[in-house]
Amino acid sequence: MRVRAQIAMVLNLDKCIGCHTCSVTCKNVWTSREGMEYAWFNNVETKPGIGYPKDWENQTRWNGGWVRKRNGKIQPKIGSKWRILANIFANPDLPEIDDYYEPFTFDYEHLQKAPELEAFPTARPRSLITGQRMEKIEWGPNWEEILGGEFAKRSADYNFEGVQKEIYGQFENTFMMYLPRLCEHCLNPACVAACPSGAIYKREEDGIVLIDQDKCRGWRMCVSACPYKKVYFNWSSGKSEKCIFCYPRIEAGEPTVCSETCVGRIRYLGVMLYDADRIEQAASVDDERRLYDAQMGVFLDPDDERVIAQARRDGVPESWLEAARRSPVWKMAMEWKVAFPLHPEYRTLPMVWYVPPLSPIQSAAEAGKMGVDGAMPDVRSLRIPLRYLANLLTAGDEEPVARGLERMLAMRAYMRAKTVDGVVDHAIAKRVGLSAQQIEAMYHVMAIANYEDRFVIPTAHRETSEDAYALRGACGFSFGDGCSPDGDTGNLFAGGKLKRKNPMEVA
Amino acid sequence: MHQNGVAIVCVGQSGGGWAHYVGQEKLRPQAGWAPLAFALDWGRPPRQQNSTSAFYAHTDQWRYETINVADIVSPTAPEGAWDGSLIDYNVRAERMGWLPSAPQLQDNPLGVARAAQAAGMEAKDYVAQKLKSGELRMSCEDPDNPKNWPRNMFVWRSNLLGSSGKGHEYFLKHLLGTSHGVMGKDLGQEGGAKPTEVTWRDEAPQGKLDLLVTLDFRMSTTCVYSDIVLPTATWYEKNDLNTSDMHPFIHPLTSAVDPVWGAKSDWDIYKSIAKAFSRVAPEVLGVEKDVVLTPIMHDSPGEIAQALDVREWKKGEVEPIPGKTMPNVAVVERDYPNTYQRFTALGPLMEKVGNGIKGIAWQTAHEVEHLKALNGVVEDGPTKGLARIESDIDAAEVLLMLAPETNGEVAVKAWGALSKTTGRAHAHLALPKEDEKIRFRDVVAQPRKIISAPTWSGLESEKVCYNAGYTNVHELIPWRTLSGRQQLYQDHRWMLAFGEALCVYRPPVDLRTTRPLLGAKPNGEKEIVLNFITPHQKWGIHSTYTDNLMMLTLSRGGPIVWLSEVDAAKAGIVDNDWVEAFNVNGALVARAVVSQRMKEGTLFMYHAQEKIVNVPGSEMTGNRGGIHNSVTRAVLKPTHMIGGYAQQAWGFNYYGTIGTNRDEFVVVRKLAKVDWLERPHADAARGDVS
Repeated sequence: MRVRAQIAMVLNLDKCIGCHTCSVTCKNVWTSREGMEYAWFNNVETKPGIGYPKDWENQTRWNGGWVRKRNGKIQPKIGSKWRILANIFANPDLPEIDDYYEPFTFDYEHLQKAPELEAFPTARPRSLITGQRMEKIEWGPNWEEILGGEFAKRSADYNFEGVQKEIYGQFENTFMMYLPRLCEHCLNPACVAACPSGAIYKREEDGIVLIDQDKCRGWRMCVSACPYKKVYFNWSSGKSEKCIFCYPRIEAGEPTVCSETCVGRIRYLGVMLYDADRIEQAASVDDERRLYDAQMGVFLDPDDERVIAQARRDGVPESWLEAARRSPVWKMAMEWKVAFPLHPEYRTLPMVWYVPPLSPIQSAAEAGKMGVDGAMPDVRSLRIPLRYLANLLTAGDEEPVARGLERMLAMRAYMRAKTVDGVVDHAIAKRVGLSAQQIEAMYHVMAIANYEDRFVIPTAHRETSEDAYALRGACGFSFGDGCSPDGDTGNLFAGGKLKRKNPMEVA
Repeated sequence: MHQNGVAIVCVGQSGGGWAHYVGQEKLRPQAGWAPLAFALDWGRPPRQQNSTSAFYAHTDQWRYETINVADIVSPTAPEGAWDGSLIDYNVRAERMGWLPSAPQLQDNPLGVARAAQAAGMEAKDYVAQKLKSGELRMSCEDPDNPKNWPRNMFVWRSNLLGSSGKGHEYFLKHLLGTSHGVMGKDLGQEGGAKPTEVTWRDEAPQGKLDLLVTLDFRMSTTCVYSDIVLPTATWYEKNDLNTSDMHPFIHPLTSAVDPVWGAKSDWDIYKSIAKAFSRVAPEVLGVEKDVVLTPIMHDSPGEIAQALDVREWKKGEVEPIPGKTMPNVAVVERDYPNTYQRFTALGPLMEKVGNGIKGIAWQTAHEVEHLKALNGVVEDGPTKGLARIESDIDAAEVLLMLAPETNGEVAVKAWGALSKTTGRAHAHLALPKEDEKIRFRDVVAQPRKIISAPTWSGLESEKVCYNAGYTNVHELIPWRTLSGRQQLYQDHRWMLAFGEALCVYRPPVDLRTTRPLLGAKPNGEKEIVLNFITPHQKWGIHSTYTDNLMMLTLSRGGPIVWLSEVDAAKAGIVDNDWVEAFNVNGALVARAVVSQRMKEGTLFMYHAQEKIVNVPGSEMTGNRGGIHNSVTRAVLKPTHMIGGYAQQAWGFNYYGTIGTNRDEFVVVRKLAKVDWLERPHADAARGDVS
């Protein structure tokens, strides 16, 4: 057992209203730069739909993620090391700009400066890449929003796999959900494995996956290897970039920007302890449908004395162990089992998990299209969209998703009985395998969702990596990035660059 | 909905009752805001106008009215001549004092005041007498007379011409006199029944406005059309206040940085205008007497003046009595050369007359004293000794000091004033907060919950959530209806005539806007007819931010319309095709979004998508494809015009006519050729399309 800690995320899709505040604040902070106009570290998709970039979930086309070989070992689907190197100058698995979209702006100034024309002026689109006029905008990062586009096109959605889908294109049978997406900061990241330059790494102390911009040579194998298509090539710098999980904020104990600004309060951040020795085995299990279980097997119980002891030996700080015990992610993923990984079949062991939405189920129930079991709609009587959600979250295994949805419905029924009728109905809790106390805890975390319950983030222990006393006040009068070690943009008082000192060793 | 609520006795009960419409933009400190907004500290009453009726008349939409009154009148209407055109009802409502008018009288009101004085008569008697004799005429009876045209228009942070103005193309044609897309014929050309109360002029005026000035912080469609654009500061470049019905707090806006370039705060812009105006005023204007007509207001004693019957002085059915059978007539003194001084000082009427709201009144001398201490006093000149209102923060302090919601002492006074009419003690609702005074810098420091006031029928309490009608039920305050009770049946003659004495479902009305154009100008593509709906969108707040690059990127980069897969197949339209939607009101061009979630027969255009971004020309009009309101026209309902019947009485921003444009239909077809219309003006061989 090798204990590592990661700040993981859960998104409660049942509460996502598709407002895109996460995308906008993320873009404003991280990717409003030349070369990254088309890149959205965080985006929100309307499902069913083919998403951004187009058809990203179709690994037959993109060859993202891992495959299990006949000998039981896994390797990146784009190929073994030698194949990656062989294709280094002509990568066949790379999305092109039109698979994302050609970023655009408009000739806004024309509205002020247009000469007298035959008609009222209008600002026409222009490519942010070529600077040339765009006659027509053909695609965008959110083209399918609120089910925009013909069903025939949107239903190429990979999650319809194994489903007679035609009927779901009809007005009367419409269902819809939002899927906010970001880098999964996987336990078994395919991007790391595929990088020929060794530029991508997963931080041991918090699990964040980063691309070293000094080492990146822009081969873009990570772009292909990532099955979520969440690594982007910056055409200006010639290097690849991805979501950095707002690590400067996380290190300070603050939530990522997307989480902080989430209007629906759907995002949760908390510590997950995992056994680094079990990752390869878990990612290599034979049956794809067992990957969800296998990943749960990698997580370590933060209340287990043996885990705590080993964690201390492995250098996990005490504050992180305490945070792990209070982690909302642990509660939703492991205790209540209402959160699931996104496409576990990619074998990357993703660390951004999702609570499935009830809305498709509720609308079907209200339309009288599903059975009712007591006061609760019987989710199992409705194969779709259950199968659709299972394809998204559990490699097609419907049972865990059904149980999760039932628990959420039970929470509603329990709280309704309590607040409207004044009755604490233990039977409701028992039927879904929970205690009344657990349901109340679920309600507190998932429905009330106070800030301090959504975000349990221990700060980084910087004292182990730098001498805080020497750093104190060092940034007071500098310009630009004068504070960073490489920065040489000047100090107001022309002082020499700060020498970094290593902290003392504490045995 | 309300009737159901009454029927199950949940109105005014916690957790039940009447929900508040978000668009109401609840102006919490209204009683403090009104004196500042309408200069009630210097002269009362103010001139106000309901925009729907005004624009219906002045953009000449009434000339194109396609609804016959016979289409909507009830088969059980009481006896009477339920004929004429819709504008006739609006004119009758204006004459009877139900709705406001702008302009009011065909003669200059300063001249009317002088004439009354010369005749040795009180203005109200003079106006009543001359209206009866026909020597004076109300402007509403002849909106196309050059004497009655609006000449100057100031648009303050509204997007009248890119978003809110229903009947956009009529605005362009008649108010602005610019190129437009109106394709319908007017009643004269159609040979239809013309209005009976309004002078018909065969030649419709085009370009009534001389000057259009717009204040905004972005280049909206309205700005593009304006003669002068005054760039105003954005939210973080000025000090201001916001309130909402979504939470019980006053929200401050503070200046993080100074306005960029030459922009100024709204307060400073108006101050500059006042200063320049005062400088030039003496050339033509001095201290003047101004005759002001006001409708019989909601929450005024006159609101029950015509509760029993509808009788028109114009028709000799009753005498014209100001404030009773016709509008109120008042004389207000204007000191034009001192407009700036008055703008920047709190006038004496707050001390002399006091303040009030919703039909109750109280003294404000103590608040004026506080304001003098807080803002300082004017040291010299005609406003010497009065409290200063120099800065935007000073203005905010006036508002906060005078409003019961932000000044506990005023709240206690206001509840006390209400007690005089109800005979019951209500002050207990505010007494615990009597010593609270919320200052601008207090709300900057942290949110402050406002204080319960009789302006509102719900409470800002720690015990119950805000709930409309709560104090009526729990404090036994009479309902603001004719009967004082929750009233479902309204026996007003007009309500009876249009079949709405009890709340009923009204089926869609045929607006006859598509038939004349179907197949009239073929472009080789299939034409289908769809119901046109303009819901609120998620990519902007009305038109603001809709042109923002981020929002455009997260949408489809310009105007779009939504239609069902079934309709798209019928018309051969594929997702992202350029399409045109048109009817006699005008045309719009957008790209199509084909979606299963759309119901067959409906075209959505999320409202407030402007033509400033990515809109090519229309094949129908030869003009720039329009905005969502290019294919609409305001349709006024007579039942919304009623006044003098308690709850049916006009109130500023509360009750009056609305656009009622949900029954609109459009012809939809693919665009055969995309033309961006960017040739120089001189080369354009485009004539008037109508």
